[in-house]
Amino acid sequence: MIKRALVLLFLFALGTLFVELLLTYTPDTQLNQTGRYYAEHSAQDLGTVNITTAIIVTYRGLDTLGEVTVLFLTAAIVGVLLSRGDHKGKSLQRKLPQSGELLTTGSYLLVPLILLLGAYVFINGHLTPGGGFQGGAIIASAILLMLLTDPLRHFSHSIIAAVESISGLFFIGLGVLGIFYAGGFLDNRLLPLGELGSLFSAGVIPIIYSFIGLKVGAEFSSMLVNLSETEDT
Amino acid sequence: MIELMPALTLLFAAAMIGSAFVAIKVKQISIAILAAGLVSLLASVMFLFFAAPDVAMTEAAIGSGLTTFLFFFVLGRVRGDKHD
Repeated sequence: MIKRALVLLFLFALGTLFVELLLTYTPDTQLNQTGRYYAEHSAQDLGTVNITTAIIVTYRGLDTLGEVTVLFLTAAIVGVLLSRGDHKGKSLQRKLPQSGELLTTGSYLLVPLILLLGAYVFINGHLTPGGGFQGGAIIASAILLMLLTDPLRHFSHSIIAAVESISGLFFIGLGVLGIFYAGGFLDNRLLPLGELGSLFSAGVIPIIYSFIGLKVGAEFSSMLVNLSETEDT
Repeated sequence: MIELMPALTLLFAAAMIGSAFVAIKVKQISIAILAAGLVSLLASVMFLFFAAPDVAMTEAAIGSGLTTFLFFFVLGRVRGDKHD
């Protein structure tokens, strides 16, 4: 009874908070100072069409490094927690119902297309919406589709780990090179900016974002593979 | 187009709340998972309305894609023992 009253009280407080927010909301007529700086300078200074990418990879590159680190830690912790008792599980072959014909045939068609879409999204991060995180998630969803089709399929952990570490190394390496040869850590003007709107433009942003995409995709995939390979005890 | 946007946004918001209720109340787990995925999908359309395509892509890929399939995957694993 008290629990119910507390929940109702909490909901009421939350409701008043939101109503307060809604009533006092006035839309901005113009961008604030930081936003205006980004909007005006990202195209000519960094050569990106997609301003969000300029902010994520260059202006706030250090934050992105932090995000990637958090994701890496999550994947690592999932791996550590689930790898216990893994050795016994490997000999045990689970008996699972055959996945349907529709799913199997559909996955043959869709997996390459999804992988291609993921790669497209992170390579074109500086031109179109999307980027490393979105592309990585799309690639991981292709891996998930493969796992759904055949839950016993074995993915090489060492390849996933190698892709993940090498992309992380290149990401940080390019950032450090920026200190010596360009304006600072993760500065994208390491390479010529090129023509605005072409694929090979915006300096190292497409390269960095591709590595982020591979890293994120490998991290999500390692989590999924670890989850699928554990045996319930 | 400008006139249409608030009505469309309200419609999507109502649909989101509706499917969230379905996700909580429904008895079958698979329908609940689908309804939760629908909330994410509608949220990603809402982000698109608010001119945030990057966020919309993340929401569509992770929220409605990966999470929904992961739930189904785990559901299949949990049910695998019961022979139903």
